[in-house]
Amino acid sequence: MTIPLRLDSRNFVRDELDLVLRPVVIAIDHVSKKFGDLDVLKQCSMTVLKGEVVVVCGPSGSGKSTLLKCVNGLEGFQAGTITVAGTSVGERRTDLTKLRSQIGMVFQHFELYPHLTVLQNITLAPIQVLGRTKSAAFDKAMSLLRRVGLADKADCHPGQLSGGQQQRAAIARALAMDPIAMLFDEPTSALDPETISEVLDVMTGLARDGMTMMVVTHEMGFARHVANRVVFMDGGCILEEAAAEAFFAQPSTERARSFLSKILRQQ
Amino acid sequence: MGGIDADLIAAVAPFLWDGLCTSLELLVLAMAGGISLGAILAVIRIAGPKPLAALAATYVNGLRSIPLIMVILWFYLLMPLATGRPIGAFTSALVAFTIFEAAYYSEIIRAGIQSISKQQLAAATASGLSPLQAYRFVVLPQAFRNMTPILLSQSIALFQDTSLVYVVGLRDFMTAVSVTANREGHLVAFYLFAALVYFVLCSTGAQSVQLLKKSMVSQ
Repeated sequence: MTIPLRLDSRNFVRDELDLVLRPVVIAIDHVSKKFGDLDVLKQCSMTVLKGEVVVVCGPSGSGKSTLLKCVNGLEGFQAGTITVAGTSVGERRTDLTKLRSQIGMVFQHFELYPHLTVLQNITLAPIQVLGRTKSAAFDKAMSLLRRVGLADKADCHPGQLSGGQQQRAAIARALAMDPIAMLFDEPTSALDPETISEVLDVMTGLARDGMTMMVVTHEMGFARHVANRVVFMDGGCILEEAAAEAFFAQPSTERARSFLSKILRQQ
Repeated sequence: MGGIDADLIAAVAPFLWDGLCTSLELLVLAMAGGISLGAILAVIRIAGPKPLAALAATYVNGLRSIPLIMVILWFYLLMPLATGRPIGAFTSALVAFTIFEAAYYSEIIRAGIQSISKQQLAAATASGLSPLQAYRFVVLPQAFRNMTPILLSQSIALFQDTSLVYVVGLRDFMTAVSVTANREGHLVAFYLFAALVYFVLCSTGAQSVQLLKKSMVSQ
């Protein structure tokens, strides 16, 4: 594992020590997955430390979303291990429902519940899973909605919101469970260009507040400025894992170089 | 044999009204039973263990391949043999309608559940809801919303089918009309009247379903 370097920091040594001492929240170790004869994931290993933002990027079909979904058990895998805060995800005895309640997830297409209001979307799991009272869940939801700038939309149905607003509400829904880590599956890929930044701003704020985040995205600006580390995948393999600055300054594989030049030209 | 006058109408009205009440009672109870049993069958077919799902599929396909009138008659004839005592025309017809309609309702409910994107279930379980909670709070409410118009349309067809209970001698509306018509004469007038009542009730029901569909789209 490479130790993330923060060259821009004046307190370089202290930051580095701090990162080394941080506990591992997500540990993916030699994970492989097949769909029939197709190898979707091959011997993937990576970690996310507490308070760290790791961006997973790569061409479409590289397996990055699948890897992300393995972390909270939405997808199974055949070999290797994934542990989240010490709990093994793939193990039979693991209470996946309980584990999932501790990991927030944000989907490409938001997946808000269309029959419920924004407020009900956010309070459903805290009330049903954590057993919070209605008023406690309500207060928490309102403070989260203020945080993502949607306090005035609490009683709207998702269909009445723009894509960017829906995604911010979905982030608030995930945060309502007080997760130990957040998973983002291409959170801006389904958005209009003009609403992408409002979602990225919320995510940047989360990162600044010290949330542990694993983010699958094509937003290289976010990766460069917010991520601690970048993981590059292609063909189901993790080809590179590097500090964000090192990755953008000098990707070590040819495939990462060509991916970066293509995607940076587009953006 | 006199003409149709106010006295005749007043004399037969309570009898016909009783018949109509029997028909409606049969409709409401068979709907409740059919939709409940249908929902269970649908969930078994979607999420149940394979052998049970296959059994449920056989049940549904089997019942949908035989005429309703046979099911009503068989039940009436077989139930006393099975239970050792007569269970009455109403109970036997109600059970027959429930198990028959459940097959049709279950197909509607199954399609309704499958119309909800798998990602909704993923989002619900990712938030920590158990599969049961995810179905209860996220999938089924949306599914029932989508399928309500079709469930109601099926129920209108069920109401028309209740007239088949004449085979077991139950006094539903149609049987009451038939008995009255034969006793009082005026066959054409009474049967026209019966047609008119069924037409008004069913077309009102169909109109309401249309209105409901429209209001759901505009929401």
